[in-house]
Amino acid sequence: MLDDTDRRILRHYQHDPALSPAELAERANVTTATCARRLDKLQADGVIRGNHAVIDWHALGYEVEVSLRVTLDKTQPRAFEDFTEQARQIPEVVEIQSFLGRVDLRLSIIARDMQHYQHIYRTAILTLPHIADIEALMHVARLKSDEVLPL
Amino acid sequence: MIELDTIDRQLLRELIHDATQSASALGRKLGLSQPATWRRIKRLRDSGVIRGQRLDLDAEKLGFGVTVFLGVKLATKGRVSLEDFERAVSAIPEVQTVEHILGLYDYRLRVVARDISDFERVLRRRLMMLPGVGDIEANVLLSEERLPGPIG
Repeated sequence: MLDDTDRRILRHYQHDPALSPAELAERANVTTATCARRLDKLQADGVIRGNHAVIDWHALGYEVEVSLRVTLDKTQPRAFEDFTEQARQIPEVVEIQSFLGRVDLRLSIIARDMQHYQHIYRTAILTLPHIADIEALMHVARLKSDEVLPL
Repeated sequence: MIELDTIDRQLLRELIHDATQSASALGRKLGLSQPATWRRIKRLRDSGVIRGQRLDLDAEKLGFGVTVFLGVKLATKGRVSLEDFERAVSAIPEVQTVEHILGLYDYRLRVVARDISDFERVLRRRLMMLPGVGDIEANVLLSEERLPGPIG
């Protein structure tokens, strides 16, 4: 189980995952050795799954981000598996989520511009299997994206 | 816009996988000197290609068993300023992401809660009290995978 020290370390680490081990220990008010030991344990227990660089696709010339909300033909027993397996092969798909609700799946797609998006949509998306319905939402702005847990 | 060569792309792939790797460890993997690796990473950060880092925590193991995506439509456009709504919604700790979108909804929110009854509390006491909120559609997240994207 997690105690207050673990939570304090995670709180600081979440807000700034680029902190060095020494900086993190100092902010969480623990010794470097304690901090390292706690982090090792949190990793071993699978609480911390990773620390990833976040790419800004705009900086690489990808100006368009579209969310595709997909409803699948559930009379096909392998609809989910077949669909996600093929969606993974499309390089411009950066996120695949599945839901319980009105929507079955959501794909996040990035493209250089609308023309490029249209090309991806026609050649790669519409050929995915077992689609019953698709709805597209365009991203305008990301106002909060830290994905921090309220620990 | 910054041009990337093959080594930059390899570096990006490595850092997306694990951003805590040191320049010398990455240099050894890619056959580069430590200073050369460091210079490339610095360029990727300075040019904004690497926007930051994200700690991937297992929400469930930390007691957050439910993640819900909400599509929110504003009811009284024009009367409530978007800024007021955005400021208020971003201040709610359970709301992890706020995205302004075009289409069926105006905003998409990612909300974490301990369980369904905790989610109901957040929904009723916090989200439905926000200025200008109209229709809300909820979809409970079952699974999620992030892919590296077109790095090449």
